[in-house]
Amino acid sequence: MQSVARIIAQRLGLGLVTLFFVSVIIFAAVNMLPGDFAQAILGQGATPEAVEAIRRDLGLDKPPITRYFDWLGGVLQGDFGTSFAAANFRSFTGAETGSGLGSVAAQVAPRFENTLFLAGVTAAIAVPFSLILGVLAALFRNSIFDRAANIGTLTSISSPEFFLAYILILFLAVLNPMLPSLSNIYADMSFGERLERTLLPALTLTLVVTAHMMRMTRAAIINLLASPYIEMARLKGISPLRVIVKHALPNALAPIINVIALNLAYLITGVVVVEVVFVYPGIGQLFVDSVKIRDIPVVQACCLIFAAAYILLNLLADILSILSNPRLRHPK
Amino acid sequence: MSVWLHIALWAAILFGGAWVFRWAGQQLPNPRPRPYFRDMSYAVAFGFLLAAAALYWTVQLYFVDRVVFFRWAVQGFLFFAAAGWAFRLLGRHVGTPGTRKLFRKMPLTAAFGILVILVYAVVAIFADVLAPFGQEQVFERVNVLPGGNPETGGDPRFLLGTDQIGRDLLSRLIYGAQNTVGIAFVTTCLAFLLGASLGFLAATLGGWLDQLLSRGVDVLMAIPSLIFALLLMTIASAWAGSEKWLLTVYMIVIIAVLDSTRVFRLSRAVGANIVVMDYIEAAKLRGETLTYLIFREILPNAYAPLLAEFGLRFCFVFLTIAALSFLGVGIQPPLADWGTMVRDLSQFINFAGVSPLTAALPLMAAGAIALLTVAVNFVVDWMLYQSSGLKD
Repeated sequence: MQSVARIIAQRLGLGLVTLFFVSVIIFAAVNMLPGDFAQAILGQGATPEAVEAIRRDLGLDKPPITRYFDWLGGVLQGDFGTSFAAANFRSFTGAETGSGLGSVAAQVAPRFENTLFLAGVTAAIAVPFSLILGVLAALFRNSIFDRAANIGTLTSISSPEFFLAYILILFLAVLNPMLPSLSNIYADMSFGERLERTLLPALTLTLVVTAHMMRMTRAAIINLLASPYIEMARLKGISPLRVIVKHALPNALAPIINVIALNLAYLITGVVVVEVVFVYPGIGQLFVDSVKIRDIPVVQACCLIFAAAYILLNLLADILSILSNPRLRHPK
Repeated sequence: MSVWLHIALWAAILFGGAWVFRWAGQQLPNPRPRPYFRDMSYAVAFGFLLAAAALYWTVQLYFVDRVVFFRWAVQGFLFFAAAGWAFRLLGRHVGTPGTRKLFRKMPLTAAFGILVILVYAVVAIFADVLAPFGQEQVFERVNVLPGGNPETGGDPRFLLGTDQIGRDLLSRLIYGAQNTVGIAFVTTCLAFLLGASLGFLAATLGGWLDQLLSRGVDVLMAIPSLIFALLLMTIASAWAGSEKWLLTVYMIVIIAVLDSTRVFRLSRAVGANIVVMDYIEAAKLRGETLTYLIFREILPNAYAPLLAEFGLRFCFVFLTIAALSFLGVGIQPPLADWGTMVRDLSQFINFAGVSPLTAALPLMAAGAIALLTVAVNFVVDWMLYQSSGLKD
């Protein structure tokens, strides 16, 4: 057990180092903007005094390295800075907004929660669905069902998310009005209503991620079917389903867990497009809106959050596969 | 409540029917099929019944007028399957013995994929000839409905109608092939040029250069590529200002660099396996230059995996560009492109009950993207299957 703890600590450390470099890259990229933030906030017709005031307000007169560590220190305490839209508003009214509405963290937090809800619903549908489909495809391998599932998943994995989304809208919202096509969610909604509005985007994302997980489940199980112990189980006269579920599946779990975690990481990018299609008030929608109006602090914060979630899930995949396969603990 | 009753009824028919089906098979007078039914598991019998029910539903849905989309989808599927089959038949009888042999062993999906790629290439190259109007040409009649029938608000000149500012949608759809596919192709080539040469260089030279490049790529790959592309596009749009074409150029460079990281990983791994071969040692002892080593010794041997990767990479780049355009930060107007078209036309989908053809417009643009990526994936799947020698 000593070695497992050490490996996990090692991976965690590596993840932290990666995250640090990622934050450096994001900060550096944002600092490649022409002019500076103050100019960007106020636009062309700003007086030099106003620009100077904002520059001092945001601490832009300090050197980049100081600013980077200020930003990083703020992020570590949950303070992502002030949104441009809010800073602009304040510079016009001259009022100090004490309500905290202008801070990026206040904008991001509720939306982050919504996105987690969407991802959670998706995972709750997609993971069992793809596991069952994968086991069935392995059980009836090379049958018509297997081929149809193969072609179907290959098609859904290679279509753009918005194509799948609009097809679902067409059939489930417009032609047969079963689910709402717009997922506007408010904070004081009941859970059932919230679930109903989230279902259509969640189904779209399910279609996107199922393919990969199902193919991996099938491949991992079929890989094992040639092993002697499966032969033995078969010779004992166990039914094919039991051979696969009780004997093959536990040994195939490592690659399957790995792929599930990686696909949840993939959800993070898929979520952006899907949230825009369904006008779902998640972090992806906020990100795209901020990109369009160039609200840099928000873009920076969203980017960092996405990257952190991505790294975390990859790390999780790594650790889980090490835990479930003891052979990986002793690299040669 | 009747919906649940309906579902329960169907479930009862399926579950009971499967049992009856198997039982009826066992009672057959002819002894030959009996062992088959005797050994049949309940799940298989259920699968047969489910397939029969699915076929029945499909046929039933096909004749319902309200879901004309479904009819179109089935017709399209049958048409493409027939076209792929005919194309494979053509390939088996025309051409050199080599290509004929290739076509003989080809699955239908791969033949279909190659056919679709060829059609897209022809449309993209000859867009100027095929399109009835220019992509930026604006007519005075705006929002003409598709169908070409004046009684339903159409115009025979504009087969698919016009958009909000009066541009012919059919022409824009055709030019979309040129712009979207062309830009994705250029981006992929650029990504390969960058990624493969750096990857092979890292594999051949090793040492600190290898370490530096590999760790850099590791960090770049830690950020989801669509997210990073969006961040960089924000900055690029500030640099480009009002010059829209410049933004498209920036987008090509950004996506090429982000995607070259994946190519780098692959070509470095493939290259590292080749560098240890004896013939590389021999070439080094002969005193060959680095360029000779990379282009004449390593590249020809890394050809097969790189080609398959090219197909997959093209799909990813194509989808990324489509997604960026859909979000409004990709290919900029006045260039016609499918992602932007989907976004602009997406509201029409709500008219599906009234005018199915109008609602199909955004789906056509999105479907054009999907069809090409599916086709490329089919071909790559087949290529990988062939080169790996997998049989089960």
